[in-house]
Amino acid sequence: MKGERIPEAVLEPERYEFQEPPLYHFDLNRRQFFKTLGAGIVVYVLLHNFEVDAQQESGGRGRRGGGFGWPLPQDIGTWLHIAEDGTATAYTGKVDVGQGSRTELTQVVAEELRMPVSSVHMVMADTDLVPFDMGTFGSQTTPQMVPRLRRAAAAARDVLVGMAATAWTVDRKELVVADGKITHPPTKRSSTYGQFTKGQKITAAISEDVPTTPPDQWKIEGHPISKVDGLNFVTGRHKYASDMKLPGMLYGKVLRPASFKATLNSIDTKAAASMPGVTVVRDGNFVGVAAPSESDALRAMAAIHAEWKSTPQPSGRELFDYLKKNSMGGDDRSGHSAGSMEDGLAAADKKLKQTYTVAYIAHAPLEPRAAVAEWKDEKLTVWTGSQRPFGVRSELANALRIPELNVRVIVPDTGAGYGGKHSGETAVEAARLARAAGKPVKVVWTREEEFTWAYFRPAGVIDVSSGVRNDGTITAWEFHNYNSGGAGIRTPYEVPNQRIEFHPVESPLRQGSYRALAATANHFARETHMDELARAIKIDPLEFRRRNLKDARLIAVFDAAAQAFGWNKRKAPPGGGFGIAGGFEKGGNVATCAEAAVDRPNGTVKIVRVVTAFECGAIINPDNLKNQIVGATIMAIGGALFEAIEFDNGRILNPHFSTYRVPRFDDVPIIETILIDRKDLPSAGAGECPIVALAPAVGNAIFDAAGIRLRSLPMIPNGLHEAT
Amino acid sequence: MATRIELQVNGKTLRTDADSERNLLSVLRDDLDLTGTKYGCGEGQCGACTVLVDGFPQRSCLTPAGSVIGKQITTIEGLEQDGKLHPLQQAFLDEGAMQCAYCTSGMIMSGVGLLRHNPSPTPAEIIRFMEGNICRCGTHPRIVAAIGKAAKMLQESAK
Repeated sequence: MKGERIPEAVLEPERYEFQEPPLYHFDLNRRQFFKTLGAGIVVYVLLHNFEVDAQQESGGRGRRGGGFGWPLPQDIGTWLHIAEDGTATAYTGKVDVGQGSRTELTQVVAEELRMPVSSVHMVMADTDLVPFDMGTFGSQTTPQMVPRLRRAAAAARDVLVGMAATAWTVDRKELVVADGKITHPPTKRSSTYGQFTKGQKITAAISEDVPTTPPDQWKIEGHPISKVDGLNFVTGRHKYASDMKLPGMLYGKVLRPASFKATLNSIDTKAAASMPGVTVVRDGNFVGVAAPSESDALRAMAAIHAEWKSTPQPSGRELFDYLKKNSMGGDDRSGHSAGSMEDGLAAADKKLKQTYTVAYIAHAPLEPRAAVAEWKDEKLTVWTGSQRPFGVRSELANALRIPELNVRVIVPDTGAGYGGKHSGETAVEAARLARAAGKPVKVVWTREEEFTWAYFRPAGVIDVSSGVRNDGTITAWEFHNYNSGGAGIRTPYEVPNQRIEFHPVESPLRQGSYRALAATANHFARETHMDELARAIKIDPLEFRRRNLKDARLIAVFDAAAQAFGWNKRKAPPGGGFGIAGGFEKGGNVATCAEAAVDRPNGTVKIVRVVTAFECGAIINPDNLKNQIVGATIMAIGGALFEAIEFDNGRILNPHFSTYRVPRFDDVPIIETILIDRKDLPSAGAGECPIVALAPAVGNAIFDAAGIRLRSLPMIPNGLHEAT
Repeated sequence: MATRIELQVNGKTLRTDADSERNLLSVLRDDLDLTGTKYGCGEGQCGACTVLVDGFPQRSCLTPAGSVIGKQITTIEGLEQDGKLHPLQQAFLDEGAMQCAYCTSGMIMSGVGLLRHNPSPTPAEIIRFMEGNICRCGTHPRIVAAIGKAAKMLQESAK
């Protein structure tokens, strides 16, 4: 340890991949593709070797999945085209699910090309048009895609300057580039990019790093640029996947089993199949209908008689026992061991052992899963909301036994994901129905389907055992996470003796990624336990953390949050309490102070005020960053206080917004954000990290207010009385 | 059974063949191609499908199409006047009051409905009125600010 930042994996390994390895990988014909872009300049970025490796690692197929190697064009990270009209178009496999990637990437290109934001267009997440990308998750858009686009745009500017120097036979050092124009001040000549690209057909590859604009000279990056296509959203003009409509399109519905893992005993689809315009598909365990309207599809579904054979399976009330009893042993990748726990505990004045739990929760993106599939000859095109367009392409190719070359997946900017849209269920369902019907088919999941048949943030049990000296030195730290995951599992505090392990479990429910993965659960357990230790030795919780921290970036956010909150200056009002928590994740550093008001007679808790300090290197868009921090804070309130999936023997008991409570306007406290802009550090993503500190900060504030220690997320699903 | 119905939407008379029991949301989206109004839950719990019926916000997912015949229906597509955004649409842009923006149409329609009947709501009144609209991305404070800002813009323009 010794104060060094724990090295983070380049990419978060995905534990919960649903897909089998794809059948085929065909090369995209690069030369042919660039021809289709028309005249102008194309600059493409060759990936460094380690970046190519990282893509293979995360896809999991190159090494783990049966030896399929990725052929080209996986060595291309992005490309950029400057057309004859002087506008620039950049191509990337990233998606915008509301986190602001379209605007951020536009800023980056505009900055390096020295042109207005309005002259830059992004083509995103169309597998026929953009380079391979493993998906939009793990807060990778900023650290990974931003530098690539910067290099491409800077190289394009370099090419343009060279062309101007040649055309005007002047020294390129005398040329000035601004506002999409190249100017030669000595001769007062000036031209737009379009003048130079006209009639040209230049393709340039860059593999080496090209110099890019230092953050302290940014004119567009680093500034609060509004959502570039905001107008389309406030007018309702934007077409989400669920808004797509094609000529002759049918509406699809899929028969769902009576419970998870249930199998068909018998089925009668005759009545449905005889309805006019209705196509019924039964293929393996898939049963679905396509009909001219949604109401026709619903009528056809109602006419299908199915009997199911169910399988007994664990229920919510026995969940945590089940997870402990069925663990599969330690997972070495995220584990960590140092010193000796025995020595550490022997050196302690006080020892503490506690167990923390987290429930399954749902992403509940407001746009449920949706897809429109269309077959033309043997070629399949699917519009769908997904965080992994290329992953969905593989899923489709695999499910339908067709080559990936014949599958095109297009992801319009999507009604949110939060890690919940990695899979392509509706894409496969719509494609299967469309193939049978011979017409395009749209499938949009109902809210109940989204709550039931998507996947959940993993539930977990976390056991923590620790030792501390009365002077505030932590001597021993043992931490076992069962099922919820290894993200954020290691402690940032200096502890000589530690043992940290993640124990995978065969989950009773389908589970997968969720914003910040297990970092929320692990921070909740760790930062709650830290508060318990501080109380045990009667040291201020902030001071206790500072005594065990060497990481300057983390200390800085703790201090910034505490100062803005008035941690040392204010006293909580009667019935109120203060709590603090923090940590780092995905390259970001966060600290949150919370004030809670507890009404003990009524058993209610109100979060009054939250101050979050955040630092993720050089800030690219401070307004979008604030939006992300506040959004993560509010989303975190749900998981902290009341969100929980209830289930019984293979059925979800609360698959509606009326029974699964998400944060609403009245749940939102005063939220203040403190941004620390480190222009000397590379920019990290910010969609995930700010979610991790809220729950422990609030739990610690509740303890401060009422002396009640809550160790289960959600903390008060049915009020404070039932929680204690 | 489907019959020919006429609806007054955004100042125009629109016709379609629809069962009068069908919900207004699906008629607007599937038959009339007005997809700015969104499906979020189908149970009146999230507000994504909010439209104005005779000036009052209503959940179109729970509204039988037959029940609004002869009434003035306004959707998000009908807010712009002469190519000019409604002040609340402009305020949403100014405040950056969106992320994924899937809830935005419903938020704006609810907000417009509030401002029609309470031209200068307090933040507490805005919060109480908007409680039935879900934003999963957590842009609530910006939405409250946008509605407050639009109220001021409307009052300025009325002077």
